[in-house]
Amino acid sequence: MAKKILSFAEQRDNAFKKSAFEVTKAGKTIAEETGSELVVLVIGSSVERIAPELGGYGATRVLIAEDPRLEKYSTTAYAKIVAEVARKEEADTVFIPASALGKDLAPRVAVKLSAGLVADCTALKVENGEVIATRPIYAGKALIDVKVNSAVKLFTLRPNVFTPGTNDGQKASVEKITLGLSNRDFTARVLRVEVQSGRPDVTEAEIIVSGGRGLKGPENFHLLESLADVLGAAVGASRAVVDAGWRPHDEQVGQTGKTVSPSLYIACGISGAVQHLAGMSSSKVIVAINKDKDAPIFQVADYGIVGDVFQILPALKEEFKKLLGK
Amino acid sequence: MKIVVCINHVPDTETRVKVGSDGKSLDKTGVNYVLNPYDEFALEEALRTKEKHGGEVTAISLGGDAHKETLRKALAMGVDRGVLLKDDSVRDSLGIARLLSDVLREMSPDVIWVGKQSIDYDNAAMAGLIAELLDVPSVSVVVNVEFRDGKILCEREIEGGHEVVESALPAVLAAQKGLNEPRYPSLKGIMAAKSKPIEEKSVGSAEMFVEVLQMRKPDPKKAGKIVGTDVGAVPELVRLLREEAKLL
Ligand SMILES: Cc1cc2nc3c(=O)[nH]c(=O)nc-3n(C[C@H](O)[C@H](O)[C@H](O)COP(=O)(O)OP(=O)(O)OC[C@H]3O[C@@H](n4cnc5c(N)ncnc54)[C@H](O)[C@@H]3O)c2cc1C
Ligand SMILES: Nc1ncnc2c1ncn2[C@@H]1O[C@H](COP(=O)(O)O)[C@@H](O)[C@H]1O
Repeated sequence: MAKKILSFAEQRDNAFKKSAFEVTKAGKTIAEETGSELVVLVIGSSVERIAPELGGYGATRVLIAEDPRLEKYSTTAYAKIVAEVARKEEADTVFIPASALGKDLAPRVAVKLSAGLVADCTALKVENGEVIATRPIYAGKALIDVKVNSAVKLFTLRPNVFTPGTNDGQKASVEKITLGLSNRDFTARVLRVEVQSGRPDVTEAEIIVSGGRGLKGPENFHLLESLADVLGAAVGASRAVVDAGWRPHDEQVGQTGKTVSPSLYIACGISGAVQHLAGMSSSKVIVAINKDKDAPIFQVADYGIVGDVFQILPALKEEFKKLLGK
Repeated sequence: MKIVVCINHVPDTETRVKVGSDGKSLDKTGVNYVLNPYDEFALEEALRTKEKHGGEVTAISLGGDAHKETLRKALAMGVDRGVLLKDDSVRDSLGIARLLSDVLREMSPDVIWVGKQSIDYDNAAMAGLIAELLDVPSVSVVVNVEFRDGKILCEREIEGGHEVVESALPAVLAAQKGLNEPRYPSLKGIMAAKSKPIEEKSVGSAEMFVEVLQMRKPDPKKAGKIVGTDVGAVPELVRLLREEAKLL
């Protein structure tokens, strides 16, 4: 019997998250290398219209689970659907994004399927027909290569790491699946979603402009924010400024904050303590601005400017504006 | 209200990670272990709930004798009981969850708290695993919680915002930073903790599904360059980002 891979594609408000394309593409790549078939699952209230788009990233067959009660995320109902589909399809490998939703969902699915769970993978490869996953531990200070010995194997994939490539314009065929959901499957329900600023979240952003104690006070963060807005970037922060109450908790980057891997991370007035580096050292390009030439942040930075953030941030903003024609 | 907090004993964040001689795990020489930082938020919230609504708070930890140190800290913060599930084996998350939930099922608490993630293996999986094994609801990454008419209202962090979740009890909740400001154990608490016993329980066996083949250090980042000093370096930085790093 042919082996099968199930990728779970996440959407919010009937629009795919970028991670949906990432898990689809990763699923396709591993399917090709293991001689498996790929099937992609989308859950929501009305996702039929968006589902074919996954064809552009390697899906030929997309299953959709629709119900008005699934408009917002429900841990228990989602877990039930993913596990049922995996069983029915006899999938032996399941990919879920390591997003807020995916991290919440995957453990439940793992129990239902008696599957070994590998969380937050940053690389996958196939050796002798088996998937070997790499994941960071100790906040990225080390990596482990692991394999899973259960019949069903579950991997969550860190967002922003697996490149989905460009949409090749193919459309996938879409099949609606019938659901047997009862109210008992909604013991915890999302009443409402409160979206904060118009800026992207640090875990999803392509660019992050991050500030530390070098900004001297909360009143100066407008310098960072206006640079971020020119770049369409997220604003990040060190723990020192979060603990001081200058910035909200959800902006904290580091070992006890968010782990981020944007294309560009601009650290402003951040010293580069090990706990901070742990959360951002997997960024593709790191820029540091610090007045102390010996600050540890320069050891991980690809490009550094030694100088005063109060001078450099406005100049940088003007230069980017010029470049981007704004 | 009967509350159980699951706590873990982990290398502190300053740890310089070295690969051990087995090539698969941490070299523990000289490593300082602490109560997992997220579990402090969980403990604090449990204690506040008890102070407000009455009840009992128990801390449990699965691991070797060294975990007693962490249970001792929980006792010093004010929990009523500490339970060590004595286990010296290497386990994966599902295995740990099975052994913890066997004991939790017997204790039948109203609320089970865990931390958002252990800062050693960063799995962030325990809340969902335990909840599914016990067949109860769970809310992960909780930054605010309110008890109301036998139900709970939680705020959980998602990308770019918060979800407000209503859940039935019993439930498993995972504490995120921002939930509260954990207390420091008082001198009185530390003294009292010394006389509180730590119960020991032995655990059964659990299958291991995830096999570590190798632990290694990431490739060191190649040294970057200082583009220059002060405002004068800005145009060159932007040029390099565009032309060399191919960004923007
Ligand atoms: C258990 C634990 C967990 C932790 N978790 C995290 C975490 O998740 N994330 C995190 O960030 N930290 C974390 N920390 C804290 C970490 O150790 C550092 O204290 C913190 O990162 C320092 O923040 P900072 O760089 O903003 O401040 P500082 O270390 O004070 O650095 C400020 C920097 O600004 C520079 N500067 C000052 N003025 C200017 C100016 N005008 N122009 C340019 N540069 C200027 C200085 O040269 C200095 O390098 C944790 C610590 C512990 C113990
Ligand atoms: N060995 C353990 N004993 C007790 N609780 C644990 C143990 N391992 C993990 N936990 C709990 O589960 C949470 C999440 O851990 P993890 O899923 O391992 O990242 C931790 O913050 C602890 O509350």
